[in-house]
Amino acid sequence: MYDAPTMEVLLGITGKDFTLIAASKAAMRGATVLKASDDKTRALNKHTLMAFSGEAGDTVQFAEYIQANAQLYSMRNEADLSPSALANFVRGELASSLRSRKPYHVNLLLGGVDPITHKSRLYWLDYLAALAPVPYAAHGYAQYYCLSILDKHHHPDISLGQGIKLLNLCTDELKRRLPIDFKGMVVKAVTKDGIIDIEFDDDKVVHAA
Amino acid sequence: MDTLVARYSRPAYQQENQFDDIEEYDYAADSVSGPSLKFAMPPVAHPSSWLRAATDDRSNPHCPIKIAHGTTTLAFRFQGGIIVATDSRATAGNWIASQTVKKVIEINSDLLGTMAGGAADCQYWLAWLGMQCRLHELRHKRRISVAAASKILANLVYQYKGMGLSMGTMCAGVTKEEGPALYYIDSDGTRLAGNLFCVGSGQTFAYGVLDAEYRYDLTVEEALELGSRSILAATHRDAYSGGFINLYHVKESGWEKHGFTDTNPVFWKTKLEKAEFSNVTSDFSEEV
Repeated sequence: MYDAPTMEVLLGITGKDFTLIAASKAAMRGATVLKASDDKTRALNKHTLMAFSGEAGDTVQFAEYIQANAQLYSMRNEADLSPSALANFVRGELASSLRSRKPYHVNLLLGGVDPITHKSRLYWLDYLAALAPVPYAAHGYAQYYCLSILDKHHHPDISLGQGIKLLNLCTDELKRRLPIDFKGMVVKAVTKDGIIDIEFDDDKVVHAA
Repeated sequence: MDTLVARYSRPAYQQENQFDDIEEYDYAADSVSGPSLKFAMPPVAHPSSWLRAATDDRSNPHCPIKIAHGTTTLAFRFQGGIIVATDSRATAGNWIASQTVKKVIEINSDLLGTMAGGAADCQYWLAWLGMQCRLHELRHKRRISVAAASKILANLVYQYKGMGLSMGTMCAGVTKEEGPALYYIDSDGTRLAGNLFCVGSGQTFAYGVLDAEYRYDLTVEEALELGSRSILAATHRDAYSGGFINLYHVKESGWEKHGFTDTNPVFWKTKLEKAEFSNVTSDFSEEV
């Protein structure tokens, strides 16, 4: 039932007052890299960001459908849904899609900062509509290399700078061991003030041991 | 028909000429007692494809013979010699067959081999390698180099390529002429010299922790801790790895064993004292 992991990289790390979301820039079809600056993330509202990977076509369709509904909710109610509310909404949509004639095949990380409590939040969702709140997460082959690193080096109260250092530890390992070039990462941080683009050094060359 | 009957009227292990293509490689066969290269073969037309059909649980989950597979093993070279570390779990399908397997095989007092893949294959052929190394020593009046030892094993498994051997092994040793030497050998016939290898189903998790902090100029203490922490990482994330951490340090004076340590207390000590494994918590349980 479960699909083979993909070479697409999604990473999420929470810290004291932020959630970092990173996604690989390569858009791959078969043996071809179609685009080396792809952004596999969508902002759902001011303080919630969603990264996605999976079946070509399904990913952006599903993400933008969720994005549109999140924005519709914000306009109708003059209030944003919290990250946890959005995560549960997305899970519901995935669950009904899973039981339809043509399910969306999309894996997601949903990160944000709760606008009321100001606590950082990260949710791991897969196309089978499993939802798990976690302190750090990955999708695809990145799970195999990065989770053990994060098991060792992550702490719940790290600063944004320490979070970015952790992310570098992960991407360095992926550059070293993944057989395919994923063309660097789009990195964004969600804080109580909104979503910030993070400058990330993709050109750093990593030498294997 | 008579020839056919005659052929199978003796027990299979007494039959000769079953391995026509291996005959020429009669290295050890009869002259020395101990592991021999004459095996009883199943009485079918193509023993290797029969074995594959009976043991390949990836294509056939109901296959009658489940080979012990999952593992995490690692070895790396550094300033003070070589660290070798393994877990100790043997699994056959979803079944944990043992938690106390010795996956580091002491070939002789300064050569170590590690075991990943088929447990029987590794145990048998590394014992056989130990014998070849001893014979080399007696014939040439000096210790075998790690390069030569690893090549004897690589050549042997290459002879059996495609016949269902399953092993991923590392040979580590320190010799006068080579210094610290580390080789990776697998049943495909690959043989690689290198500074750092992780082998088995938990390899990626071990690589993650090891790569992040590996340097050649690690102190002995740091190196032992990093090796042990990398195995712990793999036993935590890989369902097919676990049990005990088996730690060795190979140096010029030979190898030194640094314990066979239960992972469970080590995990909780690491979590509680260093606040690692922050995802193992009930803090998120009311979240969803």
